[in-house]
Amino acid sequence: MTTQVLDSHDHHDHDAEASAKVVFGFWVYILSDCILFSMIFATYAVLHNNTYGGPGAHELFTNMPYVLIETFILLTSSFTYGLAMLGAHKGNKNQLLIWLFVTFILGVSFICMELNEFHNLISEGNGPQRSAFLSSFFTLVGTHGLHVTCGLIWMILLILQVSKHGITSITTRKLTCLSLFWHFLDIVWIFVFTIVYLMGAM
Amino acid sequence: MNILGKLDWNAIPVNELPAMLAGGVMVGGFIALVLLITFLKKWTWLWTEWITTVDHKKIGVMYIIVAIVMLLRGFGDALLMRTQQAISVGANQGFLPPHHYDQIFTAHGVIMIFFMAMPFVVGLMNIVVPLQIGARDVAFPFLNSLSFWLFVVGVVLVMLCLVVGEFGQTGWLAYPPLSEKQYSPGVGVDYYIWALQISGIGTLLSGINFFVTILKMRCPGMTLFKMPVFVWTALCANILIIIAFPVLTVTLGMLALDRYLDFHFFTNDFGGNPMMYINMIWIWGHPEVYILVLPAFGIFSEIFSTYSHKRLFGYTTMVWATFAITILAFVVWLHHFFTMGAGANVNAFFGIATMIISIPTGVKMFNWLFTMYRGKIVFSAPMHWSIGFLITFAIGGMTGVLLAVPGADFLLHNSLFLIAHFHNVIIGGVFFGYTAGMVYWFPKAFGFKLNEKIGIAAFWCWIVGFYIAFMPLYVLGFMGATRRLSHYDYSTGWHPYFVVALVGAVIIFIGINLQLLQVVWSIFTRKKNLDLTGDPWNGRTLEWDTASPPPFYNFAHVPHVNSLEPHWDNKQYLLKYPEKKNEHRPYEDIHMPRYTGVGFVIALFAFTFSFGMIWDIWWLAIASAVVMFGGVVYRSFDYDIDYYVTKEEVEKIETEISNRNLA
Repeated sequence: MTTQVLDSHDHHDHDAEASAKVVFGFWVYILSDCILFSMIFATYAVLHNNTYGGPGAHELFTNMPYVLIETFILLTSSFTYGLAMLGAHKGNKNQLLIWLFVTFILGVSFICMELNEFHNLISEGNGPQRSAFLSSFFTLVGTHGLHVTCGLIWMILLILQVSKHGITSITTRKLTCLSLFWHFLDIVWIFVFTIVYLMGAM
Repeated sequence: MNILGKLDWNAIPVNELPAMLAGGVMVGGFIALVLLITFLKKWTWLWTEWITTVDHKKIGVMYIIVAIVMLLRGFGDALLMRTQQAISVGANQGFLPPHHYDQIFTAHGVIMIFFMAMPFVVGLMNIVVPLQIGARDVAFPFLNSLSFWLFVVGVVLVMLCLVVGEFGQTGWLAYPPLSEKQYSPGVGVDYYIWALQISGIGTLLSGINFFVTILKMRCPGMTLFKMPVFVWTALCANILIIIAFPVLTVTLGMLALDRYLDFHFFTNDFGGNPMMYINMIWIWGHPEVYILVLPAFGIFSEIFSTYSHKRLFGYTTMVWATFAITILAFVVWLHHFFTMGAGANVNAFFGIATMIISIPTGVKMFNWLFTMYRGKIVFSAPMHWSIGFLITFAIGGMTGVLLAVPGADFLLHNSLFLIAHFHNVIIGGVFFGYTAGMVYWFPKAFGFKLNEKIGIAAFWCWIVGFYIAFMPLYVLGFMGATRRLSHYDYSTGWHPYFVVALVGAVIIFIGINLQLLQVVWSIFTRKKNLDLTGDPWNGRTLEWDTASPPPFYNFAHVPHVNSLEPHWDNKQYLLKYPEKKNEHRPYEDIHMPRYTGVGFVIALFAFTFSFGMIWDIWWLAIASAVVMFGGVVYRSFDYDIDYYVTKEEVEKIETEISNRNLA
């Protein structure tokens, strides 16, 4: 057996290795999150006809333009996050911060629209307690919304950290993880939009 | 509104004598422990060396200590049930009222799976995996500490419900509609939900951590097919954790929504579907049993090979058999409820898929047998457990194949035959494996060996006790005895069998006491059993290449591997070229993570959060959630999380170790 003598003073090397581990670990987390969403989608698939005499999907989800705007806001936020990441890779801190801020505003708008929809449903007596269908609807859309909210809080923290430390290997790693998370939530929303709203309205 | 939610003095079950006794022992033990630590002035030591540690070896040791404490609690529950069933016949109602008896069988299952077996295997993985792959720590040391403390929250909740409130009376998987608010209005199911939810998140984090560790942190030269079999089985178990545990999180989350916010996932009315819960919980639950048993298979592989002084027979087939089981684990969940009425074709699919699992398992069995064949076998204590496993697990496997026939299952479903079957595989496979692993790796973790004679005596009590306790249950199952009975009639003819089963449980009890004696005895006589070489069993894999116990950075030099059994090959090489032995190699700076108490603090508030949720103390739950979040933010802003051990310091530590071992 031989021994490999590494130049352990090369901190940069160590940082790159650590970043690779963290980003890979985050991918694995996203995979497990995928399983989490898939179970909730499966539940929705099983329960979506169990309206127990209450309103069904085709009665509730009639305001398609509203959901479409919601969808486009979220999709755009993915695009703007991409622009922020381009800024990070160029080392342009201002570009990074501006686009992160725009992404944040778009994310908040999405959440507000979703909360407004929830509020309307509940005030009409169609809350999650109404039927198994509505329980699964609120859980599916709400879980996605909760994820987006976590992403938004995370974004604030990263804006603060980038302002403080600048674009370092650590902040770039964190931005990369949030980027994965944010795009992942976009993809999940595409499924929510298709399965809940489009297929529900049909 | 009451500031303490539902909590009042009635929560303490003063008129349930067994609960108060057990609770008294627990509280008394806790107070004694606190006094002892204070008396010895060990608080600072406890905080700086253990509570804030991110060292995988120390975290592993803590996992296993908690597992052993919970084994005692879970086994206490088992003895109570056995006693109740042995005496509660005819006019005698036994000593446990149904309300309490139901909590005991629920707690027994929950504790043995979640709080005994899971921490035991995660603890063994913590101690062994980084050493076997030549790494200095796991991929995410802070996450590892957080995982451990989140798991401890679950343990504390399950222990606390003995004296404050009650536990679920629903069976270990809390099937609805029984577990819904309507039928279980008390806090028992809430304790269950939060204990499992919090510790389950800890397990998921562990799963991700070890998956990344194994894939990203192997030492130079260790390709996937040069990994020890235990690492392979740990990898597959962690894949199962990553896929299965989110399902548990969702399932328990939905049950919580049903109970707290009046949702209708699993209720009888409003369109809820209780069978969906049962499907979902088993989509997690069946992989869970492979999460437990695969690492045990890995442990047996290491042990058979080491004590036969032979290379493991069929390494490659062992790896592929492990993979086959990993995949099949996800297509058999429905065999837990053939009686759901899914139809003949669905049942046939799941029945056949279940039977197919016996093929890769059989491959493993023959590999172990052929490993022993013509080997120089040492009949050590781990080897006793391993051979006991081969026989016991084969019997348990065969009754499993029998149960996989849907027609037979309709008859035996919910009977004691099933209970006998899964104890047959879980005790004979999982528990024997972990025990064998503990004895095998004990000198690596602590620097001295466990007493062999007491260990072998403990094994004989366990295996004899096991057969006397569980073979009657197979018979009882055929005679129609269902599980979870608290009372029956003489005319059933069951009584003698239940008495025999109690005798078996008592023999196992002696075995457990011998195991405890083994540890205590070995600590007191450790001077005679020191392991100075770092390689007490003439081992073959990397963990035996460093000192026992290893320095905190594991390896002074990053090992470089070019074979499956690097340590064994290295020994042969040094026999051939003894002059290479004292070759001095220059030390290097070592990069290590800093200890941190953040994981402990987050978990502490996860506990107060759960307690608030269980007792409807909303202000406490909200405040705790805020503090937990603050802990995460604090950690996120902390950039000073690691440091370098200088080569001078490494040299000093290494010299100390070699002086100690020469003295």
